[in-house]
Parts: sequence; C-alpha cells; structure tokens
Amino acid sequence: MRTAAQLRHGERGTVTGFSNSEMSLKLMEMGVLPGQEIEFKFAAPFNGPRCFLVRGYQLSLRINEAEAISID
Amino acid sequence: MIKVALVGNPNSGKSSLFNQLTGLNQKVGNFPGVTVDMKSGEAKVSGTSTIQLIDLPGTYSIYPRSLDERVVINLLTDENHKDYPDVVVVVVDASNLNRNLLLFSEVADLGLPTILALNMVDMADKAGIQINTKKLSDLYSSPVVTINARVGSGLDELKNAIISAKDLKQPREPLYPVKELAPELVQKLQERYPEKSDYRAYQMAQQLNDISYLPPDEKEWIAGVKAEYDFHDKQLKEQETLDRLAIIKDKTGKALSVSEVSFRDSMTDRLDRVFTHKVYGYAIFLAILFLIFQTIFAWAEPFMDMIDEGFGWMSGWVHRYLPEGILNDLVAEGIIPGLGGVIIFIPQIALLFLFIAILEESGYMARVVFLMDRIMIKFGLNGKSVVPLISGMACAIPAIMATRTIDSWKDRVITIFVTPFMSCSARLPVYAILIALVVPDEYIFGLFNLQGMALMGMYLLGFLMAILSAYVMKKLLKTDEKSYFMMELPIYRSPRWGNVGLTVLEKSKTFVFEAGKIILAISIVLWVLASYGPGENFENAESIVREQETGLTAKAMDDAIAAYQLEHSYAGVMGKWIEPVIKPLGYDWKIGIALITSFAAREVFVGTIATIYSVGSDFEDEGTIKSRLSAEINPDTGGPMYTPALGFSLMVFYVFAMQCMSTLAVVYRETKGWKWPMLQLAYMTAVAYLSAFVVYQWLS
Repeated sequence: MRTAAQLRHGERGTVTGFSNSEMSLKLMEMGVLPGQEIEFKFAAPFNGPRCFLVRGYQLSLRINEAEAISID
Repeated sequence: MIKVALVGNPNSGKSSLFNQLTGLNQKVGNFPGVTVDMKSGEAKVSGTSTIQLIDLPGTYSIYPRSLDERVVINLLTDENHKDYPDVVVVVVDASNLNRNLLLFSEVADLGLPTILALNMVDMADKAGIQINTKKLSDLYSSPVVTINARVGSGLDELKNAIISAKDLKQPREPLYPVKELAPELVQKLQERYPEKSDYRAYQMAQQLNDISYLPPDEKEWIAGVKAEYDFHDKQLKEQETLDRLAIIKDKTGKALSVSEVSFRDSMTDRLDRVFTHKVYGYAIFLAILFLIFQTIFAWAEPFMDMIDEGFGWMSGWVHRYLPEGILNDLVAEGIIPGLGGVIIFIPQIALLFLFIAILEESGYMARVVFLMDRIMIKFGLNGKSVVPLISGMACAIPAIMATRTIDSWKDRVITIFVTPFMSCSARLPVYAILIALVVPDEYIFGLFNLQGMALMGMYLLGFLMAILSAYVMKKLLKTDEKSYFMMELPIYRSPRWGNVGLTVLEKSKTFVFEAGKIILAISIVLWVLASYGPGENFENAESIVREQETGLTAKAMDDAIAAYQLEHSYAGVMGKWIEPVIKPLGYDWKIGIALITSFAAREVFVGTIATIYSVGSDFEDEGTIKSRLSAEINPDTGGPMYTPALGFSLMVFYVFAMQCMSTLAVVYRETKGWKWPMLQLAYMTAVAYLSAFVVYQWLS
C-alpha cells in the first residue's frame, strides 16, 4: 500500500484511509478525506515538508504526516 | 452592547474583517487565566449604537491543537464568561467551502445565534464556483452575508445581520445529531446540567481537559461519567468529524454550481518554484534578511538621533527651569532618560515588525516556515520558530510572545529559552562603542571592513549559541507530546496595508507597555543607587575633590566630582563588591557598575561608562567616550585598560548574558512559573561568564 509521501512530483492519488489515528482527525479537518484526490506539488529540500494540492488549496505536511495518509 | 465573536479558519480573512470593522478602535488584552492575546474592538452600527467585537484565534475546528486555539471552545461554551458573545460570526473562505464549513457547523450547533460571513467570493468565482447564498442560508438555517474583507464591502449588511440575529434565539435543529454518538452520557450530563444543549453537554465530556472554567470537583464527576459509559474521545471525535463532513458535502452540493474550469493561481505556482527552490529559496531568504537589517539600521538612525536629542533637550530644560532639589534630579536624571531609553528603541522595533508583517501578509512567511522546518527540527526547534528568532533581533519581548503560534509545548519552551541569545537592538550601542575601540577601521582585500565584520560576528555568535543551546535542550527535554506541522501555504497576495499598519502599532505598543514599565522602574532604582551613597565620601564629594584637584576648568571639575560621587555611591559600592568575581574576565569595578546598570536595558552601559570616566553630561558624543576609554590606564599592567582582550571579553559577555528584567518577566508570564526564567538567567549568565573568561585569558 502506498502513502502520500511516496507520490512523485505532479502525481495524483486518492486517499483511502489513515494509518495513524493521532493525525487522522487533524488531516480530515484540513480537508484530507477518504475519497479525496490529492496531488504532490513540491517539497522543501533536505527531506523537508511536502506541499500537496487538496481541494484547490496548498497544504504542507511533514513527511511523517504524509506517511499517515494511505493512497490508491 | 451586543458582543460578537469572530471565528474562522486561518487565512479566511477573519482578521482583515476585524480590522475593517474596528479600525483603530481596538485593543489587545489577555483572556483571563491564559496568556493568549484577546483582540477586541468596537464598531459603529447605524450611527448611534455600537457592537463589541472579539477576534478569536484562527482554527480549523473547535477541537484545539495549540494553546491559543483553546480559547475558542472556552469562550463559546462558558455562559458566565464576561465576554460570552451574543452572536457568533463565522468567516468562511468561499473558495474552500467544505473545509471552512466544518468549523461553522460545530459552532452553529453550540446554539448561539450564528452568522455565516461568506468571504473571498471573487476567488471562488475565478475557480468557477457559483454559490447560491439564499439556498446556503436555508440549508444551514442561518443568515448568510457575502462580504469582501479585503476591500471592506458587505460590512453594513453584516452589521444589520448581527443586530437582527441577536434576538433570534435559534431554537433550531442541530446540523448534526450528536446525541446518537453517546446517548446515555449526554442524558446523564443533562440531568446534572439541565440548561446544556446536547452538543454543549457532549463537549463537556469531549473537551474535559481543554475546558478551563469548570471547577475541579465537576471535572472529576464528568471524568467518572466518561469512564462509566466507556467514552472514547478520539474515536468519537473522528466519527463526528467524518459525519459532519459528509453532511456538509451533501448540503453544500445543493447550493453550489461548479463549472469545469479548474483554476490554479499560476502566479503562486511560479513564485513557489523560485521561493521554495533548494538553492534560490535559501539565497532569497538570506538576501531578504540582509536587506531588512540594512534598511532597519539605515532608516531607524535619524529617528533614534532625533529621540535622543529630544530627550536630552527635555532633561536639560527640566534641570534649568524646575526648582533645584531631589525632585528636579529625579525627573531630569532618572525619569526622562529612563523614558528615553524605552522610546529610543521604537523606530527599530516598528521597522522590523513592518517588514515581518509585510512578509506574513504576502504569504511569503509560510514559505520560510516550510523551508526552514527540517533544519530547525534538527536543533529542537521547528519551522514556526523562525519568526520569533528573527523578531528577537529587534527585541526579545514581542519575539517571545510570538511563540504562541507554536503548538508543541516542547518546541515552544525551547524557542522561548534560546530567543534572548539573538542580539537585540539594545546590544547594538554596546557593540558599536567597543568595536570602535578595539577593532581597527581597516579593510581587508579592500572589500571587507574589519569593524563591520566584527559586528556581524557578534550577531552570528548569538545565533549560533541559540541553536546550539536548542540542540542541547532537545536532548535533555523528554516528552511524548505530538507535534503537528500541517499548514496551509496561502496564495501570494499583495499585503493589505491597513493590516500591516495595525500589526506594527500593536507590536510597538506591546513593547512600550511590557518592557517600558520595567525599564522605567529599574532606571529610577538605578538612578537612586547612583545618586546616593553611604558615608562621608559621598556626602562630601564636592569638597574632597576640590581639595585634591586644583587647576581644573569648571567643566572638568564638575566631571571629576560626578565621577567621585558615582564611585562612592551605592552603585559604586556594589561595583567594587562584585569586582573579585569579574576580575578574571578582565573587568574592574567601573565596568562592574556598568554591568549592574545594564539590567535596566543593555544600552545603559554606554551612558554609565561615560559617567564613570567623567565625560560629563553630553556623553552621547561617541568620539569623546572613545578617547576617554582609550586613555584609561590599567593600574595593574600600566598599559591601556581597553585592550582587545578586554573589549572582546566584554562584547562576548553582552552577547550571551541575560541582562534584561523585562524579558525575564515575559518568560515568567508565558511559561506560567519561575522555573524557566530562573534557568534561563542561570544558564545565560554561566555561558556569558565562561565565554568571557576564555576569551580574555586567550587574548591577553
């Protein structure tokens, strides 16, 4: 199973669920919901946070946060 | 007066709306019991009546993830709170309706009259989203008002809606039937608190730890009920959020028509490619920082000179025209210079916050946080620590208050702890005089000015010690607290100048009132210590000096008397008392006095030194102090007192030492205890002492 952290630049994926219950609530509040399509836009250098396009807005997540999102 | 609370997601335009409605009629206070800024203000409605507005921290839901977000649930559910609102306005970004409506639906279910203020409709338009506001209003059984917080349109309609909403006690169906999640528990809570609606009763259980107004025995009872019915906060919170978002999606779908144009802000895409680039991104950030500091020093100087001269003139005027005596001295030598010592920093602080506000308003600061997060984590900080650290170069006080946006307690404490290492504007005059004294004004390779490089070195030294200390603290502090980053990168927009202006005003006011009162108080105490002394020597200073020194001009005689008096004042006694301790650093009792007086504000060093070396009252003349200091002889060696070894030892001491009472007071307030400020004082003093010792021994 892939996570949002494994998306390549410009690649899109559909959220299927969360692997971390601590983060799932906050992610959902930010619009990351199962069934939602997200797109990986760019990342900060040195394995820094990543920027995703979610519902037309840019959401930046740390890698461990992106890893909590399972995608299809 | 109708009380109105403004609620909304970060970047929804909530603060802009607040500024539009209140203008200059706003003030910053504290929420009782918590150190979170409460911005409130008044707005005129239809000429005569006024409404009171409270700007609550931006949040994505009523479940808080940082300290300041807790205020939202605490204000909206506490009917006995003095600022408990009559009406809530939820500001909603129309271009991201579903996400924004989550917060709206939660707040609306608390049962207060709730208005939906639809902002950024122009953005939604561009994205091809058409919103039927009439339908939206019906679907959510709440008044909907379209506003544009940037330009200030729709404000009258909003005010009218507020007036009519106040009477509407909204006995309406909740948007989400929360009782189904935990029927027995809600029932049981409502038996004890019959006035609580379903959702309010549910929140008492759900947010038991975050609600601060409940007495301990009530909390204990609720905790018991939660255990009895096996209430799982997390799962239920998640269930509720998922259900709410499903309801919202369904409802909103009926009020929207989305055309197929998939809008992307291409300007934001292009700018991000440069600003978050792995090379250009950092280069641009450094260049911006460099430019900001260049500009601050260049622009602030004329204002600072003016303030300096103004207060000098005032002092002189009072001295001349007020009847002679203690009161005259107190005002002319204690209060006026003390006030001047506060006001003089305003130009630099205002300018720095002007630039920070512009960077934040434009959306650039979020990119800096994004770029720096990974690097800062390595040192126990996080991306959001960047703003406090930069602000610390103006003044640690607003900088420490700016750490409230950091949601992890550990990261926040570390940021607070290390921020005072950043060289603030009060250290600059000290560096300036000492560098002029011990570093030659020469160029190497015809390009780099040695004095300039020494100055930069001091700033760098402070920064390096800040991150090094953060790194050590990261290793020492153990916590299993979760820290979130999750942050919106807003689109780039030109700053709203009204917002920028209000931020600058607010930060400068904070400095004046927080630091100002302490600096002023300590200035007066120090004036007393320096103007009075024990015993004969002080009392008869004038006659003693006149006897010893003959053939001096009138001015030189006055200077000599002043110096003699200072030597035998309480401050002088204290200086001599600490001399054995500071001797290994190369300092004598005269510098000891200056170290003590620096507790008011570090730049007092220059004035004190000037008085001790009897330069006289017009000590602002740097040339005079410099020549006096150069001529000072070290009685032990027979050579000059101010050797490079002493100069650098002193500078290093000033880089590291915690010599600011106002900062300690703010740290006490922000961390709610003496533990952190005392640790900070001990740690910074130890670092300063040891470093100065090493530098002095090594160079001499």
